[in-house]
Amino acid sequence: MFDFLYGYGPSLLEGGLITIILSIVSLFIASILGLITAFMRLSKIRTLQAIALIYTTIIRGIPELVMMLLIFFGGQILINKMVQSLGFDVYIDINPFVSGSMTIGLIFGAYMGETFRGAYLAVPVGQIEAARSCGMNNWKLFKRILFPQMTRHALPSFGNNWLVLVKSTALVSVIGLEDVVRKADLAGGSTHKPFNFWIACALIYLLITSVSNRIQRALEERYNIGFQESEA
Amino acid sequence: MNFSIIFDNWKLYLEGVILTLQLVPLSLLFGFSLALPLSVLRVSKNKVLNLPVYWFTYFFRGTPLLVQMFLFYYGLSQFSFIRDTFLWVFFKDPYKVALLSFSLNTAAYTTEIFRGAIERLPAGQIEAAKSCGMSRWIMLKRIIFPIALRNSIPAYGNEVIFMLHGSSIAGLITLVDITGAARIIYARYFSPAEAFITAAVLYLILTFTIVWVFRLLEKRFLSYLKI
Repeated sequence: MFDFLYGYGPSLLEGGLITIILSIVSLFIASILGLITAFMRLSKIRTLQAIALIYTTIIRGIPELVMMLLIFFGGQILINKMVQSLGFDVYIDINPFVSGSMTIGLIFGAYMGETFRGAYLAVPVGQIEAARSCGMNNWKLFKRILFPQMTRHALPSFGNNWLVLVKSTALVSVIGLEDVVRKADLAGGSTHKPFNFWIACALIYLLITSVSNRIQRALEERYNIGFQESEA
Repeated sequence: MNFSIIFDNWKLYLEGVILTLQLVPLSLLFGFSLALPLSVLRVSKNKVLNLPVYWFTYFFRGTPLLVQMFLFYYGLSQFSFIRDTFLWVFFKDPYKVALLSFSLNTAAYTTEIFRGAIERLPAGQIEAAKSCGMSRWIMLKRIIFPIALRNSIPAYGNEVIFMLHGSSIAGLITLVDITGAARIIYARYFSPAEAFITAAVLYLILTFTIVWVFRLLEKRFLSYLKI
């Protein structure tokens, strides 16, 4: 294995770890944004509905790479202009990890919003009315009634979003983050054996997606207890 | 913001739009044509037919398109049997490599879409076809594909949009697609907002057009499903 990778194995694994951390951080941001978007779209206030709808429509119509370049390069200039207008004479470099996870979080927040909205609509209205008539406040309603039931409906689409998200983190290598793609590129360049490293890189992604699939299946089984027959 | 640099360079963006509008439909065409036979093999109960297709879709759906494209473009140049033969004419050309990796990628996703649609066909339809004495080929032509393809329209519409967005990486192997044009403008004028917002707007227009076309297709082919 290490002969095949000419001693670059540890470097590649390090890149793989960065890919995983970046994916998890982005997923966290996306989930929070997704929940906010879902509840904005479900709220009775027209303005909130419209903002959430515009956000999901526009984000889902633009390629991830374009968003990333816009936020990384555009954001850099914007922040520095703001800093200079405040009278500071410093140049700020945005960290590719920060802008990468923000971009991916922002993009997948739109997809997650749709996931959560669908899951909310799948919870029977009677359940919510019952919770209200028991005197539960919003937070208790969410924690005790909505969340457990929404999880079951959201899991398949949530898992799918996660897989697409992991694969789109590959684009962050374009703005210079040392993820598994960038490490494979560097190692392939210095050893003149690019094929070995691109195959290894692909296998690392396959490993991540395969493990994710396993976890997803286990979670789905766990949250579907008691529903096996009706869902079959 | 100063959008006059965009108007001064509209020809570059036009070039980008034209390349994107070549790469994406061609990849979709090749991918679709590959996916039709592959999906039949994929639902076969014979492991020898089914497993290779399963591995194919597993690999191409489990790894990023970017890695697949780099594997073909940079990776294959490692081998002398590619560099020193006629194959090099193909693999040194970024346009052909992009086309190849996009086609295989969308073929994998489309195969799985069709597989799902075929597996969801009502068993009665197949039984009826068999009891009419249809051969497997006639059954595929008259019953399985017409119904399965119709039912795949919504999912395939998403795949077309994913392919359009996925094609934005073509610029990374020196091609001038929409994103590639934006990157050139950015590098020339150091004005990322104008350059990339223009690209984003172009992609938005293309995306909305695709959504609209598929809505028409659904109306035409799936209206019997709506009550």
